[in-house]
Amino acid sequence: MKFILRMAWRDSRASRRRLAFSALSIVLGVAALVAIGSFSANLRQAIDDQARALVGADLVVTANKPFSPALEQYLAGLGGRCAHEVQFASMVRFPAQGDQTRLVQVRALETGFPFYGEFLTTPALAASRFPAGNFAILEESLMAQFGVRAGDPVRLGQATFTAIGAVQRIPGESMAVAMISPRVFIPHRALAGTGLIGPGSLVRYRAYLQLPPGRDPAAVERELRARFRAERLGLETVEHRKRDLGRALTNVYSFLSLVGFVALFLGAIGVASAVHVYIRQKISTVAILRCLGASAWQSFAIYVVQGCGLGLFGTGLGAALGLAVQLLLPVVVRDFLPFDVAFFVSWPAVGRGVGAGLAICLLFTLLPLLDVRKVSPLVALRSAFAEMAPRFDPWRVVLGVAIVASVAGFAVWQTGNVRTGAGFTGMLAVGFGVLGGVARLVAWAARRFLPRRVPYVVRQGVANLYRPNNRTVLLLLALGLGAFLLLTLHLTRATLQAQVEFSGGGDRANLLLFDIQDDQVEPLARTLAAAGAPVQQQAPIVTMKLAKIKGRPVRELLRDRTGGHGPGWALTREYRSTYRGELTPTERLVAGKFDGRVAAGAAVVPVSFEQKLARDLGLALGDEVEFDVQGLPVKTRVTSLREVEWRRLEPNFFVVFPLGALEDAPKFFVVAARAATPAEAARAQQAAVREFPNVSAIDLALVLDTLDRIFTKVAWVVQFMALFTVVTGVLVLAGAVVTGRYQRIRETVLLRTLGATRRQLLQIQLVEYAILGVLAVLVGGVLAVAGNALLAEFVFETAPVLPMGPLVGAMAAMCAVTLATGWLANRGVADHPPLAVLRQET
Amino acid sequence: MNVEAMLKVERLTKTYPTAAGPLTVLHEVSFELAAGASLAIVGPSGSGKTTLLGLCAGLDAPTAGTVQLAGVALDGLGEDARARVRNREVGFVFQNFQLIPTLTALENVLVPLELRGESGCEAAGRALLERVGLGARCDHYPVQLSGGEQQRVALARAFINRPKILFCDEPTGNLDDDTARAMVELIFGLNHERGTTLVLVTHNLELAARCDRTLRLRGGAVVCDERI
Repeated sequence: MKFILRMAWRDSRASRRRLAFSALSIVLGVAALVAIGSFSANLRQAIDDQARALVGADLVVTANKPFSPALEQYLAGLGGRCAHEVQFASMVRFPAQGDQTRLVQVRALETGFPFYGEFLTTPALAASRFPAGNFAILEESLMAQFGVRAGDPVRLGQATFTAIGAVQRIPGESMAVAMISPRVFIPHRALAGTGLIGPGSLVRYRAYLQLPPGRDPAAVERELRARFRAERLGLETVEHRKRDLGRALTNVYSFLSLVGFVALFLGAIGVASAVHVYIRQKISTVAILRCLGASAWQSFAIYVVQGCGLGLFGTGLGAALGLAVQLLLPVVVRDFLPFDVAFFVSWPAVGRGVGAGLAICLLFTLLPLLDVRKVSPLVALRSAFAEMAPRFDPWRVVLGVAIVASVAGFAVWQTGNVRTGAGFTGMLAVGFGVLGGVARLVAWAARRFLPRRVPYVVRQGVANLYRPNNRTVLLLLALGLGAFLLLTLHLTRATLQAQVEFSGGGDRANLLLFDIQDDQVEPLARTLAAAGAPVQQQAPIVTMKLAKIKGRPVRELLRDRTGGHGPGWALTREYRSTYRGELTPTERLVAGKFDGRVAAGAAVVPVSFEQKLARDLGLALGDEVEFDVQGLPVKTRVTSLREVEWRRLEPNFFVVFPLGALEDAPKFFVVAARAATPAEAARAQQAAVREFPNVSAIDLALVLDTLDRIFTKVAWVVQFMALFTVVTGVLVLAGAVVTGRYQRIRETVLLRTLGATRRQLLQIQLVEYAILGVLAVLVGGVLAVAGNALLAEFVFETAPVLPMGPLVGAMAAMCAVTLATGWLANRGVADHPPLAVLRQET
Repeated sequence: MNVEAMLKVERLTKTYPTAAGPLTVLHEVSFELAAGASLAIVGPSGSGKTTLLGLCAGLDAPTAGTVQLAGVALDGLGEDARARVRNREVGFVFQNFQLIPTLTALENVLVPLELRGESGCEAAGRALLERVGLGARCDHYPVQLSGGEQQRVALARAFINRPKILFCDEPTGNLDDDTARAMVELIFGLNHERGTTLVLVTHNLELAARCDRTLRLRGGAVVCDERI
């Protein structure tokens, strides 16, 4: 063993820098795993440490209608502290900023909350001052967007508040909440003055409870569920939140770990490739050792030790870099965290990252090392024996199986799901298979169709694609996979943006107004028209709940776990249905016959269901459904099914009633209008909100802006991780170029000896790297287009888009990176004195 | 002369499969060599000299026939067992020196002993390098040595394990005349000092003439076995 260690050390003398460079390929993969693992441990610790502050209370009770007196009495009787909150969407108006308006999330909050943790504001005193007067605390982004300063008036409905500060953090909510809809906190007692809560308003009523010592939140939760079943309460305890957060965290952790693992896998291939080249150069050394009496095992062990050293160096460096990246991660995901995270090094996570890195690196390194066992001592006598004939080697099969098993095992371990793990392994295999197949095809085509009439440097560069020791497969894999990941992200973003832009294109509505009372419809339409946004469509909305399906009460269906009645939410949700005489352009009849009118007083009303909801509820044409329309049972029969284009910013409905059935029910309206310009849209919103404070508006531009901001944040996190793969690809490329230098130095020197200029040598290299770079990016691009199409079809259910300009730009940039890396890593080869190389017989 | 045979070769045959059918490069070669004797294997290129040397040294397995080296029958031994025999009983000098480029001269010389797990043998290595005239070049790497110096290091390495038999494959093939002559003196001098059996493959008839016996090969068969 001593000899093996000593020999491994001595033998590596001339190659240590090169081996260390090869080891860099796995550094980023390990760094990603360590950073994500250790940061995840930080997050879990933070969740445990700040468990109560995650909710701010022991128990949160939520309902979508005011609490019944019995419930209020029960809550008061618990003996702890209680803070009520009412939450709804409404328009805020800033009189000091030219009456500009914005849809916000109003939070009317009682004193006391949070009971645990802190309501952090700027200035800090704003949180304590806010219950004392007609004050409002606004989202920081909202204040910045409209230039609102402390002391400015803020108009909500019929009430005017004074802005006194910006919200920084409130227990249980992340900054991401604000991205969807900015928050405006007002005192609970000032809510009535706004006049914003009317019939049909979408309102959440909430009570935050601090229970007396000794009272078990879970027991209270159970009792509330049992006693107030009819109120359909939402109940959340600290344990629920911990579990939900933990689950979300596990999902994100798994996803990011898998992205990191792709980088590690790619890096390991790079290492294996470098070791392959290295071992080919060591064959004569192995043969000499065999002549001098070294056994096959001893010779093999010398290089396994070197492989271990390489792995340890790479993983050690990766772990150190990972811990540095861990310090960065809180900045990257800050907006998604509802709590503060304290940094500490999780040694088990470091161990897992290093272990995974070492295992994968060694498995891949062993593949080329197996050849060492087969080196004949005769090679020392005759170099012709150096060409080892490929023979069946059972150990190679064992290693191949071990690699596949370790990838699948890692994926299953990370995702905790055999199907997902197998899917990941399969996708990786397909990606690698396609790229590997293309690489072989390219090598074959280069040999078969090598043009004879093109300049020598081009022929030489093309020929390098198929010559012995070519790096075509390795580079196409490394670069292609990186290109695939980055371009998929780019295309998905474009698809999502186009989806929303499309919905507002042409002369379609781009302004949606809701919470409109019966008597406001006409005057609002006039106001909008005067402001340059004529109404295109209006729809009455009647709220209702499902009472019976095919004669069976919903409560019974909910208890029946045998299935077939759809998800619970579909049974219990509040349906906002409309009535009209015809279909709209955003829907298409797919089954039955749409009934536009029914005789008043009909015992059974014909209704049209949205097809997916009907499928979820197990409904078919002719089935009977009974609705509870605000206390009144209404029997209906499914007479038609519709396909609805939900993404259009127009009033769309799950259930459409015919004219003549619901006209007398309490209702409110939603209106779609079109403004020609953003300025007109803003003017129309301002006019509408000024005259009808209870009316809220959604501007398509706002939706686009919100979507873009959310995507930018998510994309930033994903891109940060994808960067590990891309940089690994560049490192593998650089590593391959560097190892190739040693392989081709003799050829280069011979060309120099025969009169090739430095410029010609550079051109030969550039031709090779340009072909590889373009091909890798093209194949990665094709895979990305396919991936985007699959995501669009099966995840986002929309048509994929292909923005050619940006796509070509991104691909060109990646080609440039490939060329630059190839050139940089190859510098100096032409400077080698030919004589020295020829003498050494490198 | 020692009556016991150091090397005993019987009906040694080596055949390689080729696309055109089996190719026999060595055909039923038999001879015996006593301990301390020296044998030159000569013949034109492609006559099977190097193949015979490789088989005698246990670097390859014959298709047929047997080799007994220092009393050990090599046939039936696996590659690792043959490696142990080589390490214990055999020294090598190659035409192209075959030093390990990443080791210094001294480290190259010590490899056979270190392979056995022996330590503290640096002095012996230095003494041998001193003996071949390279006492001042112990820490030099092969690339820093001339061809003749590299071959002398290889010779020191061949003798470090006190082999019973030394196999030389064209030991002067890559050297100029003066260096070659000096090298030959060293080989025979050390061989004499240490009582080693010597088998060398050469085209150099002058060198062959210094051996006790010459085996001439042609077409894989022995055509002449001359003893002096």
